[in-house]
Amino acid sequence: MSILVNKQSKVIFQGFTGQHATFHAQEAIRMGTNVVGGVTPGKGGETHIERPVFDTVKDAVKETGADVSVVFVPPPFSADAIMEAIEAGIKVIVVITDGVPVQDMVRVKRYLIGHDAIIVGPNTAGVITPEECKVGIMPAHIYPKGRIGLVSRSGTLNYEAVEQMSELGLGISTSISIGGDPVNGCDFLSLMKKFAEDPETDAVLMIGEIGGSQEVEAATWARENMNKPLIGFIAGATAPPGRTMGHAGAIISGESDTAQAKMKRLDELGVSVVQNAAEIGRTVLQSVNSRK
Amino acid sequence: MNIHEYQTKELFRSYGMPVPEGGMAHSANKAVSVAEQVGGDGWVVKAQIHAGGRGKAGGVQLARSLDEVQQHAENLIGSRLVTKQTGETGRMVNRVLVEQMQPIDQEFYLGLVIDRASQRITLIASAAGGMEIEEVAAATPEKVINEVVDPAVGLQDFQCRKVAAEIGLSGKQIHKAARIMKQLYRCFRDKDALMVEINPLVTTQEGQFLALDGKMSFDGNALFRQPDIADLRDFDEEDPKEVEASGHDLNYIALDGSVGCIVNGAGLAMATMDAISLYGGRPANFLDVGGGASPEKIANAIRIVLEDPNVEVLMLNIYAGINRCDWIAEGIVKAMESQSIDVPVVVRLAGTNLEAGRRILSESGLDYIHADRLSDAAEKAVKAVKGEAA
Repeated sequence: MSILVNKQSKVIFQGFTGQHATFHAQEAIRMGTNVVGGVTPGKGGETHIERPVFDTVKDAVKETGADVSVVFVPPPFSADAIMEAIEAGIKVIVVITDGVPVQDMVRVKRYLIGHDAIIVGPNTAGVITPEECKVGIMPAHIYPKGRIGLVSRSGTLNYEAVEQMSELGLGISTSISIGGDPVNGCDFLSLMKKFAEDPETDAVLMIGEIGGSQEVEAATWARENMNKPLIGFIAGATAPPGRTMGHAGAIISGESDTAQAKMKRLDELGVSVVQNAAEIGRTVLQSVNSRK
Repeated sequence: MNIHEYQTKELFRSYGMPVPEGGMAHSANKAVSVAEQVGGDGWVVKAQIHAGGRGKAGGVQLARSLDEVQQHAENLIGSRLVTKQTGETGRMVNRVLVEQMQPIDQEFYLGLVIDRASQRITLIASAAGGMEIEEVAAATPEKVINEVVDPAVGLQDFQCRKVAAEIGLSGKQIHKAARIMKQLYRCFRDKDALMVEINPLVTTQEGQFLALDGKMSFDGNALFRQPDIADLRDFDEEDPKEVEASGHDLNYIALDGSVGCIVNGAGLAMATMDAISLYGGRPANFLDVGGGASPEKIANAIRIVLEDPNVEVLMLNIYAGINRCDWIAEGIVKAMESQSIDVPVVVRLAGTNLEAGRRILSESGLDYIHADRLSDAAEKAVKAVKGEAA
């Protein structure tokens, strides 16, 4: 099982022939990911790393049956590429690109309504189901297969958590970084719902950050609906206020979105809260053991 | 990216919004000539810095004569203004905005943000103008009206009229205010803004609306298609080291602790800072080197962090995914060759090409403190600050 991607996923890369996409497609293939081709407008009909190149996502879907796309298209053209994938019927769209304008993502999310697709990112390290499918830029070898579902904003903090867990013998069912942008594709809550239903996931680790209220919303849902341990960490306790988004974004949610306030709320909601990033692995292990 | 009030008002004017008559001045003489030009019998002289809280800090002065305009401008230009948002050192005032003084009847708040909860542009309005909207929202949330904009059709007239009525306007004023909301929305959307505030939006005794103050910030990721906005950037308003760092594609934010931090990824960088403070230390900075960092980039990062005289220990925490530990190590060696590093250096490397990275470091002869884990690195860095052997 796992969530979002698995052995059966048929993966294409958008911006396929670019340097980074090429490198990461090769890495994905090395791990056993079923990469069926890619899209670079104007290069349709060519072959790249032994796979077909298409002009449009629609052609790629028609010819290969692709259902997952990894977007490496540069920021000015990312929104267009994501909407092309949505329209072509791609089910999981992973947007690696960093620097997509926020208002572009506002429009993309409006376009998404009524379509059956999930966007991960932008500005994400991607998704990995160990030993089955890697659609991202993470180092696959550090992800052992296992039964912990992992969802984080950050990529490198995700690696950090995985290393701590694997040292204690804990592996990953699926790991997703949702990216650090203020307007992003899928949120913690939608992934929490998928992990709750996944028979191969025994517990969920959620690694959030300051800003917004996604972590609290996910934990609120989990308290009522998920019968699996939920472990949480919020990065940014020492971050200076107002450096990225000012306060104006926070007044609407009505929630204080400092790390301390969020950790307190998570604790009240029954989440096993990690206070120190160096203790993530140990807290997950304790939480899983106490449930047995 | 933030801009000055006078720049915001010029943008407002270009969208047809009513703003007071006035202009920017770099000198006291110019301030007087602006005052003469706009006419009237009273003026406001406003220090132009990016930080808020100017009024309470003496950065907004009323003048009843041209002599007073001259006096206030002279006092403000070249002075450092300390507001609750500037920190103790304050901000240098390089220019003032001189405007006709306006007899005010009512004050409102009007703003637009990209709301994280709805993931859409949202209009915010309140009858409690002239106060900080965060405080209004905390004390009297019912006085803050939110209206979410559907990106498919944009802000609609009916939404503006609804909001105008909800903040207590009536008659013709509903239409006038609605028009300003629509103009503000167009400006926000066209220019890839993240936030815009008119606080206060006032009515004069003749019943005319005026944007008395204006604040606007823009999406740095959209500047590639907003060259006119990019031109408004004022580097004097930014920390010179942050400007230099951004020139090297490094995300650096100065803090006031003693542990210099070099990390990859914003999340891990924040978690590293948090860990340092949990072990009793204080981070000197936030620094994210990003992905695929070259040895040159790492060397630049080290140099920039060490330029801070408060740094007593340097800590590198790199979990390489698309980065490479060997490049990071080469960067450390490179930095050592070009400058003497006289503070302890704690290095924690993990991930891609770890062995090669460790080999480069051990062969370099660099006297550094090795750390295997995040906890280890944070603890050793804090001990090094305190002068304890790690």
